[in-house]
Amino acid sequence: MGYTKEQLLARLKELEIDFAQYEHPVVLTVEAALKYIGHVKGAFAKNLFLKDKKQRFYIISALSDTKVDMKVLSQRLGLGKGGLRMASEETLAEILQVPLGCVTPFALINESARDVSLLLDQGLRSQECCLFHPLSNDMSIALNTGGLDKFLKSIGRVPAYVDLEANPPVGKDQPPDLASFVPSAAIVLPEPSEKEAVAQTANQNQQCANSNSATVIAKAVKQNKEVKSDKNEATNAKDVKDKAGHAVSSRRSFANTQHFVDEVLDKTSAIILSEITKETIKEHGDQLGAVVSDNIRKRLSSELNNLAMIFKNTAYTEGFHAGTLNRPHHF
Amino acid sequence: MGNEKEEVKEEQKREDEEDEQVVNPWEVSAKDGGKIDYDKLIDKFGCQRLDSSLVDRVQRLTGRRPHVFLRRGVFFAHRDFNEILDAYERGDKFYLYTGRGPSSEALHLGHLVPFMFTKYLQDAFKVPLVIQLTDDEKCMWKNLSVEESMRLARENAKDIIACGFDISRTFIFSDFNYVGGAFYRNMVKVAKCVTYNKVVGIFGFTNEDHIGKISFPPVQAVPSFPSSFPHLFPGQDNLRCLIPCAIDQDPYFRMTRDVAPRIGYEKPALIESSFFPALQGETGKMSASDPNSAIYVTDSAKDIKNKVNRYAFSGGQDSIENHRKYGANLEVDIPVKYLGFFLEDDAELEHIRTEYGAGRMLTGEVKKRLTEVLTELVERHRRARAAVTDEMVDAFMAVRPLPNMFY
Repeated sequence: MGYTKEQLLARLKELEIDFAQYEHPVVLTVEAALKYIGHVKGAFAKNLFLKDKKQRFYIISALSDTKVDMKVLSQRLGLGKGGLRMASEETLAEILQVPLGCVTPFALINESARDVSLLLDQGLRSQECCLFHPLSNDMSIALNTGGLDKFLKSIGRVPAYVDLEANPPVGKDQPPDLASFVPSAAIVLPEPSEKEAVAQTANQNQQCANSNSATVIAKAVKQNKEVKSDKNEATNAKDVKDKAGHAVSSRRSFANTQHFVDEVLDKTSAIILSEITKETIKEHGDQLGAVVSDNIRKRLSSELNNLAMIFKNTAYTEGFHAGTLNRPHHF
Repeated sequence: MGNEKEEVKEEQKREDEEDEQVVNPWEVSAKDGGKIDYDKLIDKFGCQRLDSSLVDRVQRLTGRRPHVFLRRGVFFAHRDFNEILDAYERGDKFYLYTGRGPSSEALHLGHLVPFMFTKYLQDAFKVPLVIQLTDDEKCMWKNLSVEESMRLARENAKDIIACGFDISRTFIFSDFNYVGGAFYRNMVKVAKCVTYNKVVGIFGFTNEDHIGKISFPPVQAVPSFPSSFPHLFPGQDNLRCLIPCAIDQDPYFRMTRDVAPRIGYEKPALIESSFFPALQGETGKMSASDPNSAIYVTDSAKDIKNKVNRYAFSGGQDSIENHRKYGANLEVDIPVKYLGFFLEDDAELEHIRTEYGAGRMLTGEVKKRLTEVLTELVERHRRARAAVTDEMVDAFMAVRPLPNMFY
């Protein structure tokens, strides 16, 4: 489900990104890591995994000396004064799929982290090399921000560096300057009892190219009709359902030929059944076949064309995506 | 057409026409808060009416029913569209160019109109399409940050893709990503042909406007030239371009058509639409800050029903008796106008217009039908939008060849 350290390193090599790797015993903090690889030339990044009150998540990746004031950051994001908190251990595992102490921008390679926003300290850019965990705490890799950017772009992210220590005023005439970093979608997590259901549907969705753990989770939420006692969660579940839930069950089928054919046949059958009635048989007699055939064409043409276009675009995208991953070229 | 220079000079007479309606890419307002006079606009701009003979010709050439926007006169003006059809008949293809300024996240139905029509043109004529997202323009005019405007461009791209464009013949690009290379070389060629005075005359710039704005017009002009896209049209410098757009974009392309022959390029042809009215009526302004002035693609069925019932300006009479007596004023009735855009069935529309105009049908019925039509449209869009992934956006926006663009 989540990427492994080996898979990440292989991907970095594929993308021809230069990096050095250092193994060390498992560490949970920057201080602990320094004991083993303090000699390495490069700046250790500290990484924070944060969430806001609307279940949106953020990774802040900064130089260890950069002062990150959560209150200021919260305001700059437009979340008000106390809008940001550290995310819980569970969400770390669910969303970033990395162990404790291992928050890293590389976790964004996981589909489950698709809606997590990334803020990078501009201070990282001035460093020759920066050190991050590659999805596991028993190793650190050193690369420059050029390499990090290349990686981020390969997973469809736009690398954006900000001055994390800045404290610009935020008010009526000064909109929050980091508002664009707020994710457009919240991530809803199921209650612990639903984890089994999630695991099952997740396995089913393993095969499809467009599978997305966040929407798998949303599907689990949708399937579980239990009303949550927490009003916030219920509203968020509804939001996610409206945004993605309605289409979740069909998200698997956009380039799946069986589903496509089923949908075409379903729609056609529905029309045939509605058009062949006692009245219409009486009215058209022998000609009913021709009449129904005509009506099917008239009523379904546009809709089926739309379906087919979605199918075509999805299939093309899958091929294109696979092709671009294989060749480490940029566009 | 030698009268292009005249048309451009016309702009300098704007000073005399302050009482008149104003139509340019950044402002559209009717005279005295009334309705836009399209005949006057066609006269002033110097474009042609798209008459029924052209619509019939389209039907013959494409072998299919012309799009509802053509049948209802939504796309009502053009420049050189007949020449495009002449060339097409001879076997010479063309490509389509349209675009959007990504200034807000939410798209409403008015925004979709040019894209719906462009999709039809792409399918009917089997031609490639380039879609420009002018994130730089919005960054400058709306004072958005570069990151925000780029983000909006990507978000808007998803809704645009959901209109059903064919990925094997569509290239979407954002200025911040694509400007450079051959595109930029064409921009400079165009810029050299437009004096400061002229651009001020066409677009109404003032001494207080920053230089970004003043040098922007070539960015929107050069997608009309195939050499701006060497990965798409290598060696096809004579490929003609057809631009479907709303008529307020005409000034950009008048300028482009004036410059084209001077730099050895073909003039782009245009096919232009009237403005999509706000829910509250022709005189109302559709604005992003008033969510009730338009139907958004993110509106739920409940929202749509609510908006249509409460805010759609009705041309019906104030009482049922009066309504049965005098009938509805179809000139100002918004539900009927919206049905004109989105109700496919010509016969049904005619029936509604006749019955409602005579007072035999009530506003409630018309609004109910409109709600159905709009809900179906928005639902279809939402389903298509759900299928658009970030990878799909990347693929549409990738600089890649389109080998099957004419098939």
